[in-house]
Amino acid sequence: MIMAKPKPIEEIINEIKGFDKILVAGCNGCVAVCEAGGLKEVEILASALRMYFGNQHKNMQIDEVSLTRQCDKEYLAEIKDRIGSYDAVVSIACGAGVQFMTEMYNTKRIYPGVNTCFIGVTEEKGVWTERCQACGECILARTGGICPIARCSKRILNGPCGGSSNGKCEIDKDVPCGWQLIYERLKELGELKRFEEPVSPKDWATSRDGGPRKLVKEDSQI
Amino acid sequence: MRLNYPVGIRIVKLPCTGRVAVIHLLKALEKGADGVFVAGCMEGDCRYQAGNLRAKKRVAYVRQLLQSIGMEPERVAMYNLSSGEGPRFAEISREMAEKVRQFGPNPVKGKGVRKEKAA
Amino acid sequence: MSTTTPSKLEKILAAGHFAVTSECGPPRSCDQSIVDEKARLVGPYVDVINVTDNQTAVVRMCSLASCIRIKQLGFEPVLQMTTRDRNRIGLQSDLLGAGAFGINNVLCLTGDHQRFGDHPTAANVFDLDSTQLIQTVKRMRDEGKLLGGQEMAEGVRPQLFIGAAENPFADPFEIRVLRLAKKVAAGAQFIQTQCIYNMEKFKLWMQQIVDRGLNEKVSILAGITPMKSVGMAKYMKAKVPGMDVPDEIIKRLQGVPKDKVAAEGVTMAVEQIQELKECPGVRGFHIMAIEWEVMVPEIVERAGLSPRPEVS
Repeated sequence: MIMAKPKPIEEIINEIKGFDKILVAGCNGCVAVCEAGGLKEVEILASALRMYFGNQHKNMQIDEVSLTRQCDKEYLAEIKDRIGSYDAVVSIACGAGVQFMTEMYNTKRIYPGVNTCFIGVTEEKGVWTERCQACGECILARTGGICPIARCSKRILNGPCGGSSNGKCEIDKDVPCGWQLIYERLKELGELKRFEEPVSPKDWATSRDGGPRKLVKEDSQI
Repeated sequence: MRLNYPVGIRIVKLPCTGRVAVIHLLKALEKGADGVFVAGCMEGDCRYQAGNLRAKKRVAYVRQLLQSIGMEPERVAMYNLSSGEGPRFAEISREMAEKVRQFGPNPVKGKGVRKEKAA
Repeated sequence: MSTTTPSKLEKILAAGHFAVTSECGPPRSCDQSIVDEKARLVGPYVDVINVTDNQTAVVRMCSLASCIRIKQLGFEPVLQMTTRDRNRIGLQSDLLGAGAFGINNVLCLTGDHQRFGDHPTAANVFDLDSTQLIQTVKRMRDEGKLLGGQEMAEGVRPQLFIGAAENPFADPFEIRVLRLAKKVAAGAQFIQTQCIYNMEKFKLWMQQIVDRGLNEKVSILAGITPMKSVGMAKYMKAKVPGMDVPDEIIKRLQGVPKDKVAAEGVTMAVEQIQELKECPGVRGFHIMAIEWEVMVPEIVERAGLSPRPEVS
């Protein structure tokens, strides 16, 4: 899922300090799982903001809501009757949610309350790590189920590079070398042959390099 | 034991400090408590293994948040003591009350109602 | 022995001589005199001079411009190219430019990550990796085709002798030879290795290469870097990723008076070359005297590699 982390509260305060009525809007999708943008985090952020502005003797109303998702219109529509009364919204959904809310309520200012980070997994409670870069052309079948684009710092397709040391990446001794993982996995699977064949340049057109992407599934369309 | 502790303290009883969430500490302050302390079991003695250690991390998080919004981080504190230490509890209560008194009333409350809370 | 390009390095190797290469890092300014000085210093003692490409992700004068400069001075350059900073469009464009200026050697590298360079906030590219850059150069040269399929007529294709780097000491050891094989399959014709200090491990690596017959397809140039001080040896051991400096090296340097340490380092480099001349599969030496180019002539002479043979 999409991982995010809260923005420093000072940054949020700076964006909204000129307003009188703010809605803090969470998303109960991905960002709730990584404890950055769900109901709980809405309560915490709103409470901290109320205290801050209270201390500043500023009469500011800060309300809370958390939507099922912010990346679907029907859920965004849940606030259509209330949003009119707010000056601005702090959305703590991922960047997609913030933008979709902006599109739907384009007379309002929607400020991001989190930094959207990556597509990843919950490695353990409180620890999330990246697994996918959404390149649009999955090669996991050829790399033993470990993605070199997401897990190699240089996203190289013929790794490992010379910077791999004790199974760790040259950028940080806490980052596993993705290619060492791939090698070990292919060895386990008895598929080392795959490792020996040079992989040709990748078509990045399906990745972000091809411009903003769009998916259409005609049989789903109404 | 009839020990004395400051009158303004309100005690919220929980089976384990592991139940204390960030929002509970913030809400207490937002509603006007001048300070909040969490009284957990001794480290290593949690009946639920690590509840008090979790509470400790949450207290640390709230302190950071208070710092960010310009409030004294020490308005929130974590203490560890065993359930048999009544005198220690009274002592901590006085210590916390004294510390919070030095900061003055919780500015959020505005009216300066003194109310402290322990969980 | 037939050659694929007009490269002097290729001819030297084809004639069965030990090749001697060195390298020169361009300055962090437009001061071309630094490139000139380094080239004039080492040029007469080596066959070709590598020019690094923003090495360790630190911005320096571009490798291509420096190569052209070296060529104008009458020496033969090796264009080092990393895939970190340019995509396939930029890389191929520079390869065409190199061809136009008669540059005949290229060393294909992935490049160090920018994390530890002087612009850690930069975006990186890595559209291709080193192996794919090798494939690209080979395709341009041998098929006269760009990656996009566009064709170049004969006579206007880059004539590049293709090199790659390999670190025999990076982990895991067992991958290193496989990876070399991959680069050779992609089209690498010469390999310059990481600085060698652990001779035993290097020989073990070389043995695997010979066992697989890879030395028939690619010329291995052993990387030699003289130790300037005990501090440098300790730094390389502790801080440089993938560098294998055995304790004996440090002990030997510590065993001589302080003012003799540098001379001892040079002697050790000379002895290494002499020892590696006997190592099956080693076809030459890549002498990287890091910010100490002044020692290259002495090392080459004492190792019995001077004067350099004439080839045509």
